[in-house]
Amino acid sequence: MQPLLKVEGLKKYYPIRKGFFTSRKGYVKAVDHLSFQVFPGETLGIVGESGSGKSTMGRTVIRLEEPTEGRILFNNQDISRSSMAELRGLRKEMQIIFQDPYSSLNPRKRIGDLLAEPMQVHFSFDDSTTKQKVNDLLEIVGLSQQHRNRYPHEFSGGQRQRIGIARALTLQPKLIVCDEPVSALDVSIQSQILNLLKELQGEFQLTYLFIAHGLAAVKYVSDRIAVMYLGQIVELAPTQEIFKQPKHPYTQALLDAYPAADPIVRNRERIVLEGDIPSPAHPPQGCRFHTRCPFAQTRCQEEEPLLNGEHHLVACHFPLS
Amino acid sequence: MNTAKVSESIHFQQKLGEETGYLKMIWQRFFKHHMAVTGTVVFLLIVLMAVLAPWLAPMDPNRVDPVSFQSAPSAAHILGTDDVGRDVLSRLLYAARVSLSVGLGAVAIYVMIGTLIGAVAGFFGGWIDGLLMRITDIFMSFPYLMVILVLVSVMGPSLTNIIVVLGVLGWPQVARIVRGSVLQIKQMDYVKAAVALGYSAPRIVFSHILPNAFAPILVNATFGMANAIITESSLSFLGMGVQPPTASWGNMLTQAQSLTVLSSQPWMWLPSGFMIVIAVLSINFMGDGLRDAVDPKSFR
Repeated sequence: MQPLLKVEGLKKYYPIRKGFFTSRKGYVKAVDHLSFQVFPGETLGIVGESGSGKSTMGRTVIRLEEPTEGRILFNNQDISRSSMAELRGLRKEMQIIFQDPYSSLNPRKRIGDLLAEPMQVHFSFDDSTTKQKVNDLLEIVGLSQQHRNRYPHEFSGGQRQRIGIARALTLQPKLIVCDEPVSALDVSIQSQILNLLKELQGEFQLTYLFIAHGLAAVKYVSDRIAVMYLGQIVELAPTQEIFKQPKHPYTQALLDAYPAADPIVRNRERIVLEGDIPSPAHPPQGCRFHTRCPFAQTRCQEEEPLLNGEHHLVACHFPLS
Repeated sequence: MNTAKVSESIHFQQKLGEETGYLKMIWQRFFKHHMAVTGTVVFLLIVLMAVLAPWLAPMDPNRVDPVSFQSAPSAAHILGTDDVGRDVLSRLLYAARVSLSVGLGAVAIYVMIGTLIGAVAGFFGGWIDGLLMRITDIFMSFPYLMVILVLVSVMGPSLTNIIVVLGVLGWPQVARIVRGSVLQIKQMDYVKAAVALGYSAPRIVFSHILPNAFAPILVNATFGMANAIITESSLSFLGMGVQPPTASWGNMLTQAQSLTVLSSQPWMWLPSGFMIVIAVLSINFMGDGLRDAVDPKSFR
């Protein structure tokens, strides 16, 4: 099967400028040499701590941020260097759902206008068709037509997230980047939104790049999961496998971080991470995880492990078994 | 699809409140600000005065009464006459037109220039931003009144020229305010969403960013109007503003340059001086009220 999205060696560096006359002092390596593929209709979950570069990656693949290096192939077309004008037509195909439902909706626009505008820009529907489509969209995401004339501040967080989802659907995209779509919501609302996203995926054959910082949400929606650490993917495998048999110590640590309800399991041996994620401006030499890895050896400090494997990819010199 | 059920439960959850827009909220807060309301009322009276001048004025502001010049207030001339025998009250009413058109005209011009420059600088950033902001810095470092004096004397002192000069020189502050707001709003996710939806840059700037930067612009415009009125008065007082016989509050004050008038004929300068103070004060009160009303941190 042809991948819908293929990312090769993607890098996103932010220059650090200090002072007025001195130019660059270095780079924050937010995303450093990422490669992965997303196939049509699947959900690729991206997991990582704050500062692992997962959101930057999500925004870079749909060109909300300029990639520093690397190729982004969408439907076999390299979009990593396309100009803003060339991209405008392609934007229809890929959309984004944001984490913060409060800053993601323009406070001055009524919901109806907010949802009609993308269609007015890209399609030439007549007014009644547009109106009908807006009504349909509201219905699809579980809101009603009467909400059309309201402003965003009149809605709750969960409802706003539904509006954000409806907006992402207006242009009938193929790929949607879900940038932590439920982390800002109440736990009770989270499952509603996750269910909605799942239903929509089935109905519209959507492909998701699902970013989250916890494994729980990702487990529920993802077909495959990529674990990110300091701008790199350390492990990429089908969901079942990553939960049953994690190979990277970092993945194991993330899984162990979840409190277990079962008292027998609770006394298991766990990998507990200490300290914070190192600064992406000065990532550690060799394996980036070696400063916090309980199994680190001298080789880990010197040689950078590469991501390899067939279905279960891992970047570690001494993978767990 | 199971969404019908979900939508039903959502209906149930929410109490559908009254529709209160952002502008409505601002208006309510403005209305509670007593000084601002007073200022608005006074300002509206001045506007009425200017609009209805031809009907309110007892006589033609430029008509010379050959028998009574420099005469004290009387039944024929309620506020007296000036040194060539023109009715002070009539001139006062007509002069309101000059001040208001300078205030509105100059501010309209410079808000447009400033908003455009600030929005372009803030939205595109990079070298465009650098260039535009350095130009702004240069404009800000001019000795304001002197440049105005020079420009007006080169172009010739007239109402239109004063408006144009004040408008063309007044934008730097607005440009900075707008740039600041745009930089801030640009980081909001709804602007990123607009980019992701493939909107053109002008649409994003004018339809998504600027409406949210409207409040600080409006506040600045209000204070700017008061400033323009003062500047016009100063220019007219110095003889570089609106030229006689057209009446302006500033050039009516010119007569107070003589010590006799100043000490013994107060009707010739007191009313126009009073009008300048009242106009500027009422506009500034309005500005204060607006500023407090749009400031999310000043809940009363």
